[in-house]
Amino acid sequence: MAHAYTPGLKVSSRTIFRKERRLPLKGDVLVSVGDEVKAEDVVARTELPGNVQTMNVANKLSVLPEDIERHMTVKLGEWADEGEVIAETRTFFGLFKSQCKMPVGGTIESVSSITGQVIIREKAIPVEVNAFVDGKVVEVFQDEGVLVETAASFVQGIFGVGGETHGPMKVAASAPDEVLRVEQITPDMEGSVVLGGSLVTIDVINRAREVGVSAIIAGGMGDSDLRNLLGYDLGVAITGSEEIGLTIVVTEGFGRMTMAEKTFNLLKSKDGMKTSVSGATQIRAGVIRPEVVIPLDGAAGTIEDIKESSSGLTVGTPVRVIREPYFGAIGKVTALPPELQVLKSEAKVRVLEVEFDDGSRAVIPRANVELIED
Amino acid sequence: MSIDPGKIQSIIATDCGSTTTKAILIEKVGDEYRLIVRGEAPTTVEAPFEDVTRGVLNAVAEVEDLTGRTFLRDERILSPKDGDEGVDLYVSTSSAGGGLQMMVAGVVKEMTAESAQRAALGAGAIVMDVIASNDRRQPHERIQRVRSLRPDMILLSGGIDGGTTTHVAELAELVAAADPRPRLGIGYELPVIYAGNVDAREIVKERLEDKTSLVITENLRPVLERENLQPARLKIQEQFLEHVMKQAPGYGKLLEWTPVPVMPTPAAVGSIMQLIAREEKIDVVGVDIGGATTDVFSVFGEVFNRTVSANLGMSYSISNVLAEATVPNILRWVPFEVDEADLRNRVKNKMIRPTTIPQTLEDLMIEQAMAREALRLAFEQHKLLAVGLKGVQQERTISDTFEQTESGGTLVDMMALDILVGSGGVLSHAPRRVQAAFMIIDGFRPEGITQLAVDSIFMMPQLGVLAQVHPDAALEVFHKDCLIRLGACIAPRGTAKDGAHCLDIKIEKGDGSVEERSMNFGEMAVVPLAVGEKAKATISPSRRFDVGLGHGKEVHTEIGGGVVGVIIDCRGRPLVLPEDREERVRRLTEWNKALDVYP
Repeated sequence: MAHAYTPGLKVSSRTIFRKERRLPLKGDVLVSVGDEVKAEDVVARTELPGNVQTMNVANKLSVLPEDIERHMTVKLGEWADEGEVIAETRTFFGLFKSQCKMPVGGTIESVSSITGQVIIREKAIPVEVNAFVDGKVVEVFQDEGVLVETAASFVQGIFGVGGETHGPMKVAASAPDEVLRVEQITPDMEGSVVLGGSLVTIDVINRAREVGVSAIIAGGMGDSDLRNLLGYDLGVAITGSEEIGLTIVVTEGFGRMTMAEKTFNLLKSKDGMKTSVSGATQIRAGVIRPEVVIPLDGAAGTIEDIKESSSGLTVGTPVRVIREPYFGAIGKVTALPPELQVLKSEAKVRVLEVEFDDGSRAVIPRANVELIED
Repeated sequence: MSIDPGKIQSIIATDCGSTTTKAILIEKVGDEYRLIVRGEAPTTVEAPFEDVTRGVLNAVAEVEDLTGRTFLRDERILSPKDGDEGVDLYVSTSSAGGGLQMMVAGVVKEMTAESAQRAALGAGAIVMDVIASNDRRQPHERIQRVRSLRPDMILLSGGIDGGTTTHVAELAELVAAADPRPRLGIGYELPVIYAGNVDAREIVKERLEDKTSLVITENLRPVLERENLQPARLKIQEQFLEHVMKQAPGYGKLLEWTPVPVMPTPAAVGSIMQLIAREEKIDVVGVDIGGATTDVFSVFGEVFNRTVSANLGMSYSISNVLAEATVPNILRWVPFEVDEADLRNRVKNKMIRPTTIPQTLEDLMIEQAMAREALRLAFEQHKLLAVGLKGVQQERTISDTFEQTESGGTLVDMMALDILVGSGGVLSHAPRRVQAAFMIIDGFRPEGITQLAVDSIFMMPQLGVLAQVHPDAALEVFHKDCLIRLGACIAPRGTAKDGAHCLDIKIEKGDGSVEERSMNFGEMAVVPLAVGEKAKATISPSRRFDVGLGHGKEVHTEIGGGVVGVIIDCRGRPLVLPEDREERVRRLTEWNKALDVYP
């Protein structure tokens, strides 16, 4: 195959960041091309059809399903409030009556003369989409959403939990290999995006939740802690909708993982700046990675567009190893032998030779490195 | 277009998988059809290409490179042939875009809903949820479920012909209330197939015709005693082509290139397995363990079943294998000490970087331990669904009185099973073939005498679709090029104390040489017997053990060889590993050594 290596995650100090903001179904777009928007601004709004409740009126009134239409006091398509009588029977010259009352407010959507079932549609559910980042609307998708653009520093994480949020960047760790400690989470971090080092533990996360931190970014976290946090074992990497009180983005992987120096230094330099974070991850066809975006003043400096894919591996390419036994080590490619080589596991695969930062060398399967992208 | 198999000399078959598109070239060489070469390229249903045929062309271009010949002209596969260029036939399967995702609904969970589930799975679908009148959910919860899952298609069944129509009406009302939107494409209506009580057809029409693209077919459970799944399966595949696939980018073009309907990949695999079972009159189990899902197929007594465990796989879903199997069950297969936290992190790291491969031996052993559990869980799910019909009255005689068999027992009979075929990266690419055999044995626990094989490059899908028009070619290639025979596994049923005598075996090979072994309970051994070789085996189990004819009964049989040989597994069935960690590691190490599993 042409691409045996994993393209790296994007880490860019200055790029044009574009984000589509779309409604789940058609609705109203509230902004126009050229508008300046803030992350928290609502840019599009719609209403989802309300939830559906069912009630077997025939059973409740002890009548035959084919007769229920006669007993309905509220017509098909009409609205009735909670507790309102929608059907009743009178027997014995009207002395006794049975009634059916609305369990919730809603519209009578259907009345079945076969099952005796009445379907009630609750009020529509409003859905709003915000801009996610401070920026400018550059395109409007009619009735569906917008494209927001900004000059920004941009970091992709490898894995995240929790949804979209934003706040000022607060640097808590002093070095990329530092393990964040509970006492480093202080009350003034409420509403902010906290930068950690190599590991974020469950104790730190719990403290951050108490304080009201918006998001934490760290090199790694332990899977046991993740299970504690979620309350279940995460089976498949499709995340973003967890309601855990904050968003977590890990940049390197599971376990204690020193954050790549470039990533750490970039984020550290943004201390105090407004940062948008999304924990949504999907590792399947149509990959979604968590994002950290720090909008910059667009007027100054040059802009490097994010390269879609780099030219590939060559001698000298900086790479990170992404599997044991050298997991997390960073180095440069020194050789790319074309022939297959036998590993300790006896698998015959294509490999490369890496020189690590400390000068030592190792042979690694090409599938087990990722490019460090600019 | 009618196809004359006699005139077909060359065939290109592709399988458009969710990540890779694989092309194979089959040609008539002398009197027989053989696999010539195979090419592959990334599947191109997503941006920036958004055209599945691009991946097909790339994969075929690799076939061109490897053969030095021409099969493409004007950006399409050249068929029929023009002189020396092109091929006589082009066929394809597809599971791109996540395959076919369905919801099924039936009245009683154990009866019509279960039949509907079997129909959908057999047609190659992933069943996202089964809705039944007695599934203990509130109606609004069911409606919510239909809305949130956004299936590609719904199969609605319910009621035997002439039975009650009320429950069917209720299900139809529920689907209508949900007003489901399909997963792909905003502009088209969701296909709903109704295969239930004929008397309820009008009721269903009234409720669903305006809101969905409704198709009505024969009842899949016309009477309690009989299933009639084929018409519903065919409708599912038809709708899959007409609606779902056409929404996927480039499929319109692909459908024009081939005279044979494009099949969902798992349906094609099912078709080739059924063909083999029918032709050779054998019971077959096959498994395809992928990165995200594991499919299990079985044919027992001509009844075909397929299940898909949508969240058991070796990369994208590996973390779910850990969650479902639990840590102790994984670690019981690992012959060294591993810390739980370390195992958890390793597994999650594989999940988030699914393309990485084990570099160290320890890493390989852990991955193969995970595979054993994924196979075991997938097979357990299969056994639950591959069952006889429930709710059927059985005639009982006085001799049955003490045998408490219920209707709806599993059809899977490990003693009767003739061949077990494994495929998927972790099995097909295991550094030593014996590792694949061992994983299959531990995952499936065959009993008696069973042939083991792996599909070398997973070309069963292509052969399955080819079998629709040219079964002879498909069968020939299946036997000669598709399967790698691993050998026979002899595993007596029964248990005893460690060290107690289990069986004596005598293997007389074609060259006149004889191997004799006496094996105790808890031991394993392998006797070399090459691919294509046959040997006469005499197996004398002790009175606690059964190898097919009953406890203590001697069996005389012919066994086939393979790249591994004859594996004698005297660990007993049911297979129980020692509780004590040290003892377990000692036994695992012993077995690995006996079979020469690891360096």
